Amino acid sequence: MLSCKALTELVTDHLERELSIGPRMSVSLHLSSCPDCRAYFGQMKWLVKLLRQMPAEPAPPKVSDKLLLFFRRWHQASKMAARHRTRTLQLLPADRV
Amino acid sequence: MNKSANASRLTRVNAFPQEAATDHGSLAPAKPADHRLVARLRAGDESALTELVRRYHATLLRIAQVLLPNRAIAEEVVQDTWACVVEGLDSFEGRSTLKTWICRILTNRAKTRLIREARSVSFSALRDSDSDEVAVDPDRFSSDGRWAEAPRRWNHNTPEKLVMEKEAMGCLGRALEELPAAQRAVVTLRDVEGLESEEVCNVLGIGETNQRVLLHRGRSRLRRALEEHLIGV
Repeated sequence: MLSCKALTELVTDHLERELSIGPRMSVSLHLSSCPDCRAYFGQMKWLVKLLRQMPAEPAPPKVSDKLLLFFRRWHQASKMAARHRTRTLQLLPADRV
Repeated sequence: MNKSANASRLTRVNAFPQEAATDHGSLAPAKPADHRLVARLRAGDESALTELVRRYHATLLRIAQVLLPNRAIAEEVVQDTWACVVEGLDSFEGRSTLKTWICRILTNRAKTRLIREARSVSFSALRDSDSDEVAVDPDRFSSDGRWAEAPRRWNHNTPEKLVMEKEAMGCLGRALEELPAAQRAVVTLRDVEGLESEEVCNVLGIGETNQRVLLHRGRSRLRRALEEHLIGV
């Protein structure tokens, strides 16, 4: 039977659903009969849940002027490149397109 | 690390890492919403840019702070990343989600920045140094591996649940800061940001096993911090 010590090393793999059927059943079986490990497991689950709820810093209300300018320039340039590509294609003889 | 090693690392850094997307396991491809947003961006839609920044800025900043020595540098690298994202829009093929793609650009920019500052240390530290680290102090088990000193209970299902959560959240925030860099990076991406484990591997350029070991150790340390704090030992 799985020891409590061994179980504490399998908790993450179990929560991440990375255990194969054998070890997974051993963990479940152990948990059903060991209140201490059940408490440990419950604490780990709760901790992961809390981490997921950790508040993020609010995003900036607007895009920085520098980035916006950069985006406009990039878009102009990419439009010009696309036009150039189309024109080149039109100039090529039909059998080469 | 000497100069030639730095130079060889530099050549491996690619700002547009689409090709590397299959390095570590299989990744979920882009969502339809990702493609729609990228199409709007390619068409020069500025409101799409606002949406993109609003959606991912906080995530990028959080990851950058994990990877870089201080907040000021992290902010600079995030700005740099946004410029690279814009420049790379035409090369986005949707082999990974937009979030993963952007995160990878960030890590590559961060690497470049660290090399420039001759501080590639924190990235090479993504391999965990202490191979013997265990989840729980071995002294708390008897020789047959049963609990000798059981995990101290804190009751997170009581009527004071909200107070408890707030207290725990504060403790977790501090404990997260104190985790070794590699563990902090993985826990931040996987648990705080909620990336899939394949995405975490892909963003950090680490293998699946390593990722899981770091996650396990990080979470175990956080639980120990909570146990000490909430029980007030």
